[in-house]
Amino acid sequence: MAINIVLAILVTSLATYISRFLGVITSKKIKENSKIFKWFNCLAYSTLSALLARIIIFPAGALAEVDYFIRFIVVITCLTIFLIAKKNFVYPTVLSALLLAFLSYNF
Amino acid sequence: MNIKYFLKGFFCIKSADSPAIALFASFVAIGALFKSIGLNIQESIFSTFLTYALPGSLIMAESLIVGASLLNIFLAVWLVNARLYPMTVSLFPLLTHKNQPKLKYYLACHFIAVSAWLIMKKNYRSIERKYRLDYWIGVGAANLSVAISATAFGFFIADYLNKDMMVGLAIVNPVYFTCVMVGAMKTIQMSLAVILGSVLGISFYFVSPEWCILLGGFTAGTLAFFIGEMNGN
Repeated sequence: MAINIVLAILVTSLATYISRFLGVITSKKIKENSKIFKWFNCLAYSTLSALLARIIIFPAGALAEVDYFIRFIVVITCLTIFLIAKKNFVYPTVLSALLLAFLSYNF
Repeated sequence: MNIKYFLKGFFCIKSADSPAIALFASFVAIGALFKSIGLNIQESIFSTFLTYALPGSLIMAESLIVGASLLNIFLAVWLVNARLYPMTVSLFPLLTHKNQPKLKYYLACHFIAVSAWLIMKKNYRSIERKYRLDYWIGVGAANLSVAISATAFGFFIADYLNKDMMVGLAIVNPVYFTCVMVGAMKTIQMSLAVILGSVLGISFYFVSPEWCILLGGFTAGTLAFFIGEMNGN
């Protein structure tokens, strides 16, 4: 391994904390019922969605080894179950692991 | 620190729609990954404790494998975790109160991660403003504890996990949060933010894989905001 692991951990943490820290500073000037607050709320949900879409379609790590069609089937199936089961979170999450492990084992 | 509100926040982790399962599964996968790339148990726990943001940890792990430079790691992690900035700005104005010491906000912001953030967004109205920060610290501490225990657990069971199980663990988190995002689509603004965010996030990937989350998220969120405002939300 070329670089020191502890240093890599510290750098990763620092790069992560910066966004949280700047967020607190910006928050001081923003009122709860202002338009800017609403705009940031939209930004928070849209960046999260962008990240999720990226993880599902262009994943890193273990997920990258599964065919994208299989990942797609799992996500759509679980989302359908979530909507049918009146927005219960437990069924789709537990099922997603089992279904993907099964499909990945067999195909 | 008001202990009663701290505990009230802490035990939110037990609720039915809690992110605990998804959080646990994904950090078990991270713990196992850390072991496989050569971190020891202290380093693995230290990493989750200090970073506590999954995509960043994943990037760190991949960078260690390919031997990327520290500057590369910094930039890549910063870009993928920059979403924490709008998340903080859309949460902390709800928690401020003049009786809370300033330093506490800078420590409490470490708990910003999607799981705790969602619990807080859902529950803040039911908590008196004065105690919201204490409640938030409780929620955050519970989620971080789950993440740390899961990392340690994953590290120890790594040898018993095969490739298919790892893949199964890795999908739980994205599926859980996809469900949460779809569940949040209650207004025009929220629905557009989620749908456009996904579509543009992917579209921008073809322009720049590093910048796609930020560029896609920013464009989508801004569009959603203005379209929502024009249509009375």
